[in-house]
Amino acid sequence: MKEQKVILELKDIRLSFDGRDILNNLSLTVREGTIHSILGSNAAGKTTLAYLLIGCCSYIPQKGKIFFFGQDITSLNTTQRARLGITLAWQEPARFEGLTVHDYIAVGMKQPDEEKIRRALANVMLEPKDYLDRQVDKKLSGGERKRIELAAVFAMEPKLAILDEPDSGIDILALDNIISVIQALKEQGTTVLLITHREEVSEISDVTSLLCSGKIVKEGKPKEVGIYFKERCIPCPVNVCPTSNTTLERK
Amino acid sequence: MQQDYQQMLQAYATAEGNPLIFRDSRIAHLVVHKNKVLGSHLVAGLELVPTEEEEGISLKLRLIKNTRLEYPVHLCFGIIPEEGQQVIRIQADIEDNASIKIIAHCVFPNAVRIIHKMDAQIKIGDNSSYEYNEVHFHGNNGGISVLPKARISLGKKSHLVTNFSLLNGRVGLFDLDYDTVVGEDSSLEMSAKIYGFADDVIKLKEVGRLIGRNARGVIKSRIAVKERAQSEVINEMIADAPDARGHVDCIEIIQGNATAKAVPIVDVRNEFAQVTHEAAIGRVDKKQIETLMARGLDEEQAIDVVISGMLK
Repeated sequence: MKEQKVILELKDIRLSFDGRDILNNLSLTVREGTIHSILGSNAAGKTTLAYLLIGCCSYIPQKGKIFFFGQDITSLNTTQRARLGITLAWQEPARFEGLTVHDYIAVGMKQPDEEKIRRALANVMLEPKDYLDRQVDKKLSGGERKRIELAAVFAMEPKLAILDEPDSGIDILALDNIISVIQALKEQGTTVLLITHREEVSEISDVTSLLCSGKIVKEGKPKEVGIYFKERCIPCPVNVCPTSNTTLERK
Repeated sequence: MQQDYQQMLQAYATAEGNPLIFRDSRIAHLVVHKNKVLGSHLVAGLELVPTEEEEGISLKLRLIKNTRLEYPVHLCFGIIPEEGQQVIRIQADIEDNASIKIIAHCVFPNAVRIIHKMDAQIKIGDNSSYEYNEVHFHGNNGGISVLPKARISLGKKSHLVTNFSLLNGRVGLFDLDYDTVVGEDSSLEMSAKIYGFADDVIKLKEVGRLIGRNARGVIKSRIAVKERAQSEVINEMIADAPDARGHVDCIEIIQGNATAKAVPIVDVRNEFAQVTHEAAIGRVDKKQIETLMARGLDEEQAIDVVISGMLK
């Protein structure tokens, strides 16, 4: 079987704030057409990695390079990266007074198409007729807002979708739907970088990378990495793991 | 006269009005250019008596008891030449158990040195509702002063809505002063949306006086200023009756060298009343911009989307 192309490659990334390394010696390879999960506890650096990849303004690495289909995108801003086909579904998406759900979804589409917008909403189990004219403001619940974020990413048809904890704040009944949306993204040709702290969610991916203390400490089949994570990461490959106490408590 | 009328309708259409409504016999309207009444039409239950004066018109509006108008009344005021003055004096009496919605378009497409002044006394009876939507279109010269002033009183179980928007063309100098007294079981919603740029000056003073038991009031302002524009918003809510509830909410977005000031005044004079307020001034939220940039918009486009959403 032909090996898929590398869509995203991070080489030896270091990112620090106020002298403290948040990401350190981080290297990662993501292949096109896969769901690649990044699994990690709180404070492992997961959201920082998402912001670094989308190019948020203060998330410029002090060291290392980011490549997208072989092109060095380290110095590109968020807009330039998005126009190459990278987007992010935020863990806590912003609210927009006056902007309708319809317009919010349409804004990222190259050619806004009513049917596609409706389909994107229906995919995340939101009835289009009830939501299209609603505003993306504080009147939406956290769960509704997250689904709309996923719908917007779906409608955008990006090459690479970074999903930052799409399962957080979502009730257990809706989790299956979120998982099927992630799979639908893959089916439409979008590569998914799925950031999560739940090993059961990472199981839908093709590859899982375990992030701890700002570096990838293990990579492999989701089940295998998930069990290792669940078993408190013993033996610990990072002697200074700041979350080891937390992971012990998890047991 | 006919030419003035056509030009007014043209400007009205530019200000997103639909000139076809002036031919609809079900819809009441009044078109005033400077101090001349160019057209009017009435419907049953509504009295509209304009009197031409030297500097503008005085207008007596009466909605007869138990009249609930099905269609909005359309008013169109304006001046087509570059210079002039228009003073509109309105005395409105909305009698009991009546309801009216007014859509007023004020058009000054060529303004270089124009003063547009409105002085309104509005009395709303019991169990009635009055909605007044005012949309301005000023052209791009900025040589205009808009000075609307209204004193409004609401009886019992009545409802008042005012929506003011000035989003097309330059603001010039804008100085609004609305003061509303709200009676028992009545409610007030006042909202203003204005986009200022260049040397525009925006002054907004809206006061709600909740004097009746269980009176309700919301004052909401959404202002965006850029370049060298200035804005000052004073939102005052006074609650002086048991179970009165009020809220003032002001958001101002600034860009460039613009300046903005918000003064929310919350004045509660009864232990069973409550008024809350929120005010925020600043740049467009960074996360909102980054979210839209992650969809492919550049920073400027993202700011436009956020501001136009807020002012919609």
